[in-house]
Amino acid sequence: MIRRLLWPSVVLALVLAYPLLFSTPFQQRLGALVLLYAIAASAWNIVGGYAGQVSVGHVVFFGCGAYAAMSAYAHFGLSPLVGIPMGILLSAGIAAVIGVPTLRLSGHYFSMATIAVAELARLIVTNTNYLGAAVGLSGPTVPRNVFDLSFISALPYYYLFLTVLALTLGITWWMANSRMGFYLRAIRDSERAARSLGAPASRTKLYAFMLSAGLTSVAGALYAMMFGFVDPESGLGILISVKILIMAALGGAGLLFGPLVGAAILVPLEEISNNLLGGKGAGLTFVLYGAIIVLIARFQPGGILTLIKRLWAKRRKMPAHAVAPEPSHAP
Amino acid sequence: MSTILVQVIVGGLLLGAVYALFSSGLTLVWGMMNIVNFAHGDFVMLGMYVAFVVYSLFGAGPLLGAPIAALVLATLGIIVYFGLIREIMKGPMLAQILGTFGLALLLRYSAFWWFGANFLTLPENIVGGTFDILGLRIQASRLLAGGVALLVTLGLHLLLTRTSLGSKMLAVAEDSTAAQLMGIRPDSMQAVAWAIAAGATGLAGALIATFFYIVPTVGETLGIVAFVTVSLGGFGSVPGALMAGLLIGVIESLSAYLIGAVYKDIVVYSLFLGFLWFRPQGLMGKT
Repeated sequence: MIRRLLWPSVVLALVLAYPLLFSTPFQQRLGALVLLYAIAASAWNIVGGYAGQVSVGHVVFFGCGAYAAMSAYAHFGLSPLVGIPMGILLSAGIAAVIGVPTLRLSGHYFSMATIAVAELARLIVTNTNYLGAAVGLSGPTVPRNVFDLSFISALPYYYLFLTVLALTLGITWWMANSRMGFYLRAIRDSERAARSLGAPASRTKLYAFMLSAGLTSVAGALYAMMFGFVDPESGLGILISVKILIMAALGGAGLLFGPLVGAAILVPLEEISNNLLGGKGAGLTFVLYGAIIVLIARFQPGGILTLIKRLWAKRRKMPAHAVAPEPSHAP
Repeated sequence: MSTILVQVIVGGLLLGAVYALFSSGLTLVWGMMNIVNFAHGDFVMLGMYVAFVVYSLFGAGPLLGAPIAALVLATLGIIVYFGLIREIMKGPMLAQILGTFGLALLLRYSAFWWFGANFLTLPENIVGGTFDILGLRIQASRLLAGGVALLVTLGLHLLLTRTSLGSKMLAVAEDSTAAQLMGIRPDSMQAVAWAIAAGATGLAGALIATFFYIVPTVGETLGIVAFVTVSLGGFGSVPGALMAGLLIGVIESLSAYLIGAVYKDIVVYSLFLGFLWFRPQGLMGKT
């Protein structure tokens, strides 16, 4: 028992102490960004990993949260925090509008609809003056009080994001082990079989999608608070969707900690390549992202964690007394 | 109807024929292998850049650029089929969508890295200027693009329905095991389908490049246009794609003329979502 808890507690202690051990502003900011993207990718994981419905337009929910938080400040002078529930409601509503028709059809329709909605949202917002059009909306330049969540140091953001990430993972874990989680796994493995056994397939997928959308919008709101503004590119650009998706898939879609692992690998990679390559780096970073996605899809659709688990299980199999079963949810 | 409205509709039909051409490639692959190529729009983008490179190397227009673009892209299609698609087809849905979506990024940002983010254009008069037919002013480049695209799309339909190659491909689409028992190799037929689909995008790209701006991210817009066209026309149906492509071209032109150019994509994407709600099987397709 103690041995089983040893490694998780070491990792947890490291995560908690990270911004104190690595205390330069760059390192603290990097840590906060890893956690932020881990929140978004974990939220994606609920619909993309557990339900097996690949959303390629998750940025629309991210943008909902970001724009709701900044609107609360810019239009009503309220704390950006007030925007969070609005963003969640709006996101869940949009998810229902996409999900109700497409989750009855094959998964391709769902993916195409999400990409179209994300583009639609970006075009509409870019042409809406109320939402700042192409310029975007800004948050408080000087914080009025702590509820504006506008800090110069990245340290408060780090612990805020860590708390939200813990909540997101808690919700995911609870969902995965509830009746809904079992339905989702059954549907992902064979929708026809699951339906014939009475699992309400379309409805369960829709709930997962709405839950995922709401949590993603929280990530968007936090992002806007940390950077103090949102514009169509940073809040609704297709590349945000790409990052969210690739982090979850690289780490391990459908695994609780997969998205966190993916974010911990890719966020530093992107920061470093942008620093090394400068302006040209942006293009090359995404060439690399594309290549990584293709390679995962081609060779290891289960992501890195599935690979590690499999290797681990093989090693553990050697002594006869510790036979570990293959991870049952590996595709 | 005023002349200008007729002119807008004719322009929409000519552009719509090009939409139909590259969308029929998407619908072919989707109908045959149940794979949606998320890189389809980026294939068209590559066709545009091939036409641009042919122009800057040889000073040649679409007469040389279009066949070369079709060949280059068809080759790419075969490579993609054997290198990626054949394997991910057996995998879970996640792998299928991730695979082609990653390919889209790879192509888009390779073009971005190589050619930069600037808008490139071919010289305006590369096909010949503008002339009048029955009081309508029509650009020769658009007329050529629309005419060729229409002919090739119809040819593709005939190929699929009237030749033995087409029958073999349909046989594989229906039941690849049964086709194999009849001595048809599903692998080669699927590779041929990818070559045809990608070749069509190359041709369409080279044609559209004579009057369209060339930019790495154009593939995203064109890819969504292809999704809209295919879901409107019903998947697997080339005549459906033709009708839907023409319709979308006209709707796009009319909304650009009546509401404003920035809203044309908004109209088309909303139409797509409306169709998913009310008629997911498309205008003439089967579910």
